Amino acid sequence: MGGWFPENISSFGAAIDDVFFLIYYIVGFWFVLTTAVILYLGVRYRRRAGHPAAYVRGDRWRELSWILIPAAIILVLDLAIDAAGARVWESVKIHLPPGDVHLIVTGKQFEWLVTYPGADGTLETADDFVANNELHVPVGRDIRVTLRSQDVVHSFFLPNVRLKQDALPGRSIDVWFNVNKPGEYELACAELCGFGHYTMRAKLIAHSPDEYAQWVRDHEPHRTAEAPSA
Amino acid sequence: MSQVAVVTHHAHEETSFWRKYVFSVDHKVIGRQYLTLGLCMALLGGATVYVIRWQLAWPETPIPLTSWVPEPAMYDGQLDPSFYNQLVTMHGTIMVFFVAMPILLGGLGNFLLPLMIGADDMALPRLNMMSFWTFFTASAVLLSSFFVSGGPAAAGWTGYPPLSANPEYTGVHGGMNLWILALALEFASFLMGGVNFLTTAINMRAPGLSFFRLPLMVWMQLTAGVLFLLSVGPIIGGAVMLLLDRTIGSGFFLPERGGDPLLWQHLFWFFGHPEVYVVLLPGVGAVLEILPVFARKPIFGYRTIVYSTIIAGVLSFVVWAHHMFVAGIDPRLAMPFSITTILISVPFAIMTFAMIATLWGGSIEFRTPMLFTFGFLITFLIGGVTGIFNGSAAVDIFIHGTYFVVAHFHYTLFPTVFFAGFAGIYYWYPKMFGRMMNEALGKLHFWLTFVAFNLVFLPMFVLGIGGHMRRIYNPLQYDFLKPLAPVNQFITMAAVALLLSQIPFILNFIGSLWFGEKAADNPWRANTLEWSTSSPPPHGNFATVPTVYRGPYEYSRPGAAQDFLPQTQPLPTGAAAAGA
Repeated sequence: MGGWFPENISSFGAAIDDVFFLIYYIVGFWFVLTTAVILYLGVRYRRRAGHPAAYVRGDRWRELSWILIPAAIILVLDLAIDAAGARVWESVKIHLPPGDVHLIVTGKQFEWLVTYPGADGTLETADDFVANNELHVPVGRDIRVTLRSQDVVHSFFLPNVRLKQDALPGRSIDVWFNVNKPGEYELACAELCGFGHYTMRAKLIAHSPDEYAQWVRDHEPHRTAEAPSA
Repeated sequence: MSQVAVVTHHAHEETSFWRKYVFSVDHKVIGRQYLTLGLCMALLGGATVYVIRWQLAWPETPIPLTSWVPEPAMYDGQLDPSFYNQLVTMHGTIMVFFVAMPILLGGLGNFLLPLMIGADDMALPRLNMMSFWTFFTASAVLLSSFFVSGGPAAAGWTGYPPLSANPEYTGVHGGMNLWILALALEFASFLMGGVNFLTTAINMRAPGLSFFRLPLMVWMQLTAGVLFLLSVGPIIGGAVMLLLDRTIGSGFFLPERGGDPLLWQHLFWFFGHPEVYVVLLPGVGAVLEILPVFARKPIFGYRTIVYSTIIAGVLSFVVWAHHMFVAGIDPRLAMPFSITTILISVPFAIMTFAMIATLWGGSIEFRTPMLFTFGFLITFLIGGVTGIFNGSAAVDIFIHGTYFVVAHFHYTLFPTVFFAGFAGIYYWYPKMFGRMMNEALGKLHFWLTFVAFNLVFLPMFVLGIGGHMRRIYNPLQYDFLKPLAPVNQFITMAAVALLLSQIPFILNFIGSLWFGEKAADNPWRANTLEWSTSSPPPHGNFATVPTVYRGPYEYSRPGAAQDFLPQTQPLPTGAAAAGA
């Protein structure tokens, strides 16, 4: 079962998978139990000559407790699932760390434009540069991404990071993640965005911090012209 | 004799063919019209599956049997990506609005509601006729969009703007406008129907038929009607705004003109989630009617089921943002919506347990309607429990927009529309058409459908866990999806089997009209009022207004002469004291 998930490479991915498995074991138990009861009753009380049906209306508390007590247990389990999920949701989506690296990812039909801050580490300055469909990040650093869209709704989906967030035109939405394994992975669009939706694919490339710094240096524009002012 | 009938029954004068079979005001004819049109649309919605599934399994291979489809939809059997999106959009639209609703509400609801409450027709028969013909027009408008330049809508059945609001983004112009028009007409049609259902059930119940003696099918249709009436306003407003954005350049949903794309999602899902229950409840209603008849037992916890239904109905209005956890809403909102969503499992658990408890101590006969009812219970259970994953905001971050969601909602809607719907059709067919359906074909249909359905949709959860996105024309574009290709191929073969499994049903449904065994008035030995009149009932339904003495589920009552006790049958005075 766990093998069906894409490999997890993020700091919070395991926590999300844990909530999944918590729910899986709880509902799996109830599903097996309930199905077994349905099949058992179907066989046990199949029509047989000389075995008339019982007259049970289920309108007394003593009878109703047979269905209300399991329902009450389900209520308690529901609340436990909510509580477990709430903590994870909070750490992924509500309390965002400031981020060691800040990038802007802009969706447009059918590309992801990634804006890097350049040597000054600050976005929306002259030394910003853009890479199409390549999201380079250092491992072990908190990455903060501001999501935007130029046209329709796209959805920023990093399967291996267990992160998904829609990118909307007219808004900037921040997300964060922290990758713990170098390598090349995929960034997908998970919201229908037009005829080329299926081609809206980019690479997520996780470098060691040194490699990442080198990659940024190699790609900065006008490096020689701007170096003196830095 | 016929002279007397004319005097007592207002509508028995000679009627022309057109008034009798086409523009009829008789709820039974209208119910059959809705059912037939819904089943025809289901064939069409099913046909789209073949193309969609083949594309997903073998994306780079031409699709067999489709070389007749003209360009630019297909190039010698090779599917165009736009047309793929259009088929996906039309599949969802057709199945939810033009199959589920006409079969369960328009078909079963229209046919059964007056009969079950002992009325001669709907309260507003002309409105009823108008609602069907509005629906017919809606279907025609929707299908016409296949034939306009640019083709039909391509923005998904949820029609999220800006993709749907600006024709530049999809290349679809008139087709999308027709889609909006078709939906608006469909909403208008079921608004008329809902008003009619409520008016009829409140005002026209037979003497003695109090609310807590109503068959649960009537309760379910009523609750569905209320949910629809209360939720449809916002989506009609949204549809008008979307049409204005597209046609006169307003900017309700376009940020560059001061609008907000998320506004549509709120309006759509405020309607869309209650809509799920609008479809679900009548299906549950059919199952609740069938269980006691084939177990020969009273339904377990009648009032508890009614109260649970009402609680679920109220809760369904405060869960909509669970479709929008990662859509850009304030992330703090996810928690309250996650809690309401997961809590809705409690009333449904109670209803499911009540259905199962009805089996305990029963004398269960596995005729076709009961087999489909068991199929419903087991598959709907999977749909219910997998909803917990989606309802948990944390897990939704990963599975949102993947095949996990597709698998989940097919496990809720397919059992409702098809397992419960087929159960209802096999069960009420004798009353509708005066003939029995063939039992052997019915059982064959059940087993083929049950096995094939699970082979299609269980592996889809695997795709979802693997991260496979929905609405992807060619999954082989992504390296991480390539290992899932065999799963996609398996699902496609199972889907073709599921489609072919419907052949016994089609043969049975049509063939039984002529060759079916003549049905008795009450072939299942059931209690509810529709079985106390002839099969099929005459115009006006009942020879005399029935009087109701008890609730609908008095089976195997100690001291009764038979194992059933029709609602209309008075007890000898001595035995009445023991009654409820």
